[in-house]
Amino acid sequence: MKHFLPVTVLVVFATFLVAAGIDSLHLMPENASVQGETVDWLFGLHFKLIAFLFSLVIVIMVYAVVVFRRRAGDDGEGMHIHGSGTLEFIWTVVPAIIVVFFGYIGTTTLITVTAAQPDEVAIEAVSRQWAWNFNYPDDGFSSEELYLPVGQPIRFDLKAMDVLHAFWVPEFRVKADAVPGRTNVLRITPNRIGEYNLVCAELCGTRHSYMMAPVKVVSREAYSAWVAQKVAEEAAKNTPEARGAALYISQGCKGCHSLDGSKVVGPTWKGLYGAPQEHTDGTTAIADDEYLYNSIVNPNSQVVAGYPANVMPQNYGDLLTDDNINNIIAYIKTIK
Amino acid sequence: MRTFSQLGLVRGLLGQVLGTLLGMGLVTGTRAAFGYDPLWAAEPAWVIGGLLGTLGFMVGVGSLTDWAKWAIGLETPIHHGAPAGQSEWTRYFAVDLSHKVIGVQYTVWGIFVLLVGGFLATLFRVELLQPGMQYFTTDRYNTLISAHGIIMISAILLGVGGMINYLVPLMIGASDMAFPRLNAFGFWINVPASLMLITAMFVGGWDTGWTAYPPNSLRTALGGPLFFLGFYTIGISSIVGGLNLLVTVFTMRPASMTLFRMPIFVWAAVGTSVLQLLATQLVGLAMLMLIVERSLQMGFFTPVLNEAAIALNSPPGDPVLFQHLFWFYSHPAVYVFVLPGLGIISELLPVFARKPLFGYKWIALSSIGIAFLGFLVWAHHMFTSGMSNYLRLPFMYATLIIAVPTGVKFFSWLGTLWGGKLTYPTPMLFVLGAISVFLLGGLTGPPAATITTDLYLHDSYWVVGHFHQTFFGGFMFPFFAAMYYWFPKVTGRKYNEALGKLHFWLMLPGFWVMSLGQIWAGLLGMRRRIADYDPALGVQNIQVWITIAAFVIALSIFIGLYNFIVSARSAEVAESNPWRSRSPEWQIPSPIPEHSFALPLAVVGEPYDYGLPGSVYVRMVPAGAGD
Repeated sequence: MKHFLPVTVLVVFATFLVAAGIDSLHLMPENASVQGETVDWLFGLHFKLIAFLFSLVIVIMVYAVVVFRRRAGDDGEGMHIHGSGTLEFIWTVVPAIIVVFFGYIGTTTLITVTAAQPDEVAIEAVSRQWAWNFNYPDDGFSSEELYLPVGQPIRFDLKAMDVLHAFWVPEFRVKADAVPGRTNVLRITPNRIGEYNLVCAELCGTRHSYMMAPVKVVSREAYSAWVAQKVAEEAAKNTPEARGAALYISQGCKGCHSLDGSKVVGPTWKGLYGAPQEHTDGTTAIADDEYLYNSIVNPNSQVVAGYPANVMPQNYGDLLTDDNINNIIAYIKTIK
Repeated sequence: MRTFSQLGLVRGLLGQVLGTLLGMGLVTGTRAAFGYDPLWAAEPAWVIGGLLGTLGFMVGVGSLTDWAKWAIGLETPIHHGAPAGQSEWTRYFAVDLSHKVIGVQYTVWGIFVLLVGGFLATLFRVELLQPGMQYFTTDRYNTLISAHGIIMISAILLGVGGMINYLVPLMIGASDMAFPRLNAFGFWINVPASLMLITAMFVGGWDTGWTAYPPNSLRTALGGPLFFLGFYTIGISSIVGGLNLLVTVFTMRPASMTLFRMPIFVWAAVGTSVLQLLATQLVGLAMLMLIVERSLQMGFFTPVLNEAAIALNSPPGDPVLFQHLFWFYSHPAVYVFVLPGLGIISELLPVFARKPLFGYKWIALSSIGIAFLGFLVWAHHMFTSGMSNYLRLPFMYATLIIAVPTGVKFFSWLGTLWGGKLTYPTPMLFVLGAISVFLLGGLTGPPAATITTDLYLHDSYWVVGHFHQTFFGGFMFPFFAAMYYWFPKVTGRKYNEALGKLHFWLMLPGFWVMSLGQIWAGLLGMRRRIADYDPALGVQNIQVWITIAAFVIALSIFIGLYNFIVSARSAEVAESNPWRSRSPEWQIPSPIPEHSFALPLAVVGEPYDYGLPGSVYVRMVPAGAGD
C-alpha cells in the first residue's frame, strides 16, 4: 500500500491540472441562447469528469510503467494475482452509478432545452439545396436573413424540400435535422444581441459547406422596425396588378386568354386595354374599365367578332368580388 | 509467365472484367430488344455489371469450384500445401483453404486497402490546409471523404478478419476453421468489393459520406450505386466470417478447454462474430433498397417523389427509416472493429507484465456485454433526426451504460500492469499506446451520449475525433501490436526493434495531435464533412496541425511496412517462443508447419498463470492419452 499515497496525490494534482487546462482554452464560441446555458452547464460537468477519469487512468498507467518496469538482471515473474472480486465489483458499480446519474442529468436538461414556451413565436425555416428561407407566418412575409428579437422564445418549424439538411447556429448550441416529409421542431430563445451564422450540419451534396444564412439577433425595437419594413415591402409587392395576376391563374382566365397575342379560345389580353373592339352584332367600343367590367360579369352582352358566344362562364359576377374584378382589370392594363 | 496466368487472383480479375462487360451487354441487349432509346443506360449497366463482375471474380478465382463439384457429385478432398508443381508463394494469390494462408491474405489485402484509404485522407487533408477550394471541386472532395470512410471500414474489417482467422484456430488447438471453403469465399469476395469501391470514385463519385442517407443518396452521381453494391458485398464476407468463427469456437475446441479457459482473444472474436452474423443483414438490406429505389423508383425512403415515381403510383416513404436500418448494423459495427483489438490488448498485457490477466472472467464477460448492449444503442446516431424525447432517452441510457463494461476492461488492464515486471518491446508500446488512445475515445463518448450536449456535438468535428480515437485505440494500435507480436510466429524471423519503436513514437504523438485537434475544431463549431470552412471559426491553425499529424502517421506506417517487408525477407531467424508466452501457438515451431499441431492439444492449466512456477496452459498429448 506504499503506492496509495503517491498515486492519490498525483491523480488529484493531474485532475486539477487537466481541468484548469481545459478551462484555459478557448473551446467554444460564446453562447447566445437560453437553451445554450443549460447545454454549457452540462458540458462543464462532463469536462470535470473527463479531467478526473483521464488523470485516474493515465496516472496509474504511467506510474505502473515507471515503478513496475523490469530492472536489469531481474528475470523473475510478476505478482501471481488473478484479480479481485471486490475491486471488480467496485469498478462496475461506481461507474454504473455515475452513468445513471449522468443519464438523469441528461434527461432533466433535455426536458429543459426542448420545453415549449407559452409565448413562443413560430418561424418556419425552409431548407433546400443549398439555401435557407425563413417564413414569418404571424406577419406574412418571408426572408433570406434570419432576424430574431432578443429574449423572445422561438419555435423553429424545420422543413426540407429535397434532401436532409440540419439547422445549426453554434452560438445557439442546439441543432435539429430538417427531414423531407416531416416538420421537426427546434426551440431557441436567443439572449445575446449579435450576428451569427446558420449552417447546414447534414451532408447535402455539392455545395453543402456553403449552405449558410445570416442570423441577426436584435433588440425588440430593431426587430419591430425590421418587421414593419418587411411588411411594407410585402405590401408594396401586394398591388392590385399583382393580385390580378394571381387571379388570372387561380380563376382559370389563363385557359382561354393568352398574354402573348396568340389566339386561343377567347381574345388575348395583350394590348387589350384601350383598343377598339368589334362585336358579332356589328357594334364597336373602346375596351376601357367599364367595358372590361361588363365583359367579365356579362360576357354574352358583347361578344368580340370571330369568337363564339356561351363559352365564357356567365357567373363571374357572383364568383368574384368587385375588388377582385378591378384587380383583374388593373392586371390587364399591364399586358401591353 | 505461365505461373502468372494460372494465379487465382489474375483469373479472378479477368473474370471480374468479363463479368462486368457481360452485365453491361445484358442490359444494353435487353434495351435493344425492347427498343429503348438510348441503348446505353449507365446506372443499370453498372449495377448489373457490378453484380456479374463480382460473380465473375469468384468463378475466376476458383472460390466456387468445389461447391460446383459437390453439386454434380464429385469428391473434393482438401489439398494441403502449394498446388502440384508450383512454389509456396503462389498459395497466397489463389484460393487456399488453410486458415493461416487466409489469415495472411486478409491481413495483406487489408493493409493494401488501408493504404488506399489513408492516401485519400492525405489528399483531402491537404485541401483543408487553408479555407477556400485549392485542389479539388467540392464534388471531388465529397467523393474523397465518402470513399475514405467506407474504404477504411473495409480495411478494418479485413484486418479483423486477418487476426481472427490466423489466431483463433491456433489458440483453441483446432486444425483449421470449421468451413475452410466458406472461409476462403469470405476473404475473396472482399477483393471484387474493394475494386468496386475504388471504381466508384472514377465513375462520377458520390457525395453521401459512408452513411448513404437518402434522399441525397438517391440523387447522387453514378458512383453511388457502385458504392452500395460494394458495401453490400463486404457485408456478405462479414456474415459468413462470423458464422464460421462461431461454429469453429463452439465445436472445435479440445474438451478440456472450457469457455473460461479460452484465450481472452477468443472471447473478443466471439463477441465480434455474433455482431457480424446478426447485424450485417440490415445494412445489406438498406443498401439493396437504395439500389432498388434508384433503379425501379420504389419510394422506400423518400416522401418527395420524383415524376417517374409519381407516374408509377409508388407510395411515399420515410428517410428516417433508412437511418434505423443503417445504424442497426453500423453502430454494432463499431464493436466489430474494436472488440478484437481490445482482445489483443488483454492478450498481450499478461505476457509483457509476466502476471495473470487481472479479472479474466470480468474481461471475457465485458466483451459479451458490450456486444449485447451494442444492439441497443443505434438510435444515438439519430438524436437530431426529430425523434421525440421518449424515444431518445432510452437510447441515451443504453449508450451511457456501455461505459460500464468498457470501464471494467480499462481498470482490469491497470490491475494487470500493477505489480508486474514490465518490459517494453514494440508490441507492448503499441498496447500501452492503444490504451491511452482508446481512453480518449472513451472519454469523448459520454458528452455525445447525453442528448443535451449531443445537440451541439452532433455532426461536428468532435464526432470525427471521437470515432478516430475509438478506431485507432480499438483497432489500429492493437493491430500493429499484433503485427509485431506475431511477426516472429508467422514469418519465423525477427523484426527490427529500433524501427518498430520509431514507428510507435511517430504514430502515437501524431495521432494525439490529430484527434485532439479534431475534438477542438468540433467544439469551435466546425461541421464534419465540409469541403471548405469559414476562417471566422478560428480553426485554420488546428487544420494545419491535423494535416501535419496525418502525414506523420502516414510516415510511421510506411516505416512499419518497410520493417515487416525487409525483416520477413532477410532478418535473423526468431526463436519459437521469444515472448515466453503460454498460449498454444507459441508452443509449436515458427513458422508454423502446414499441420499446426502434430498432436492433439489438452488444456492442463489456466491460460494466464504467469508467475506460478511449473505451471503450463496446454500440453500436446497423443490421442487417447490424457484429455
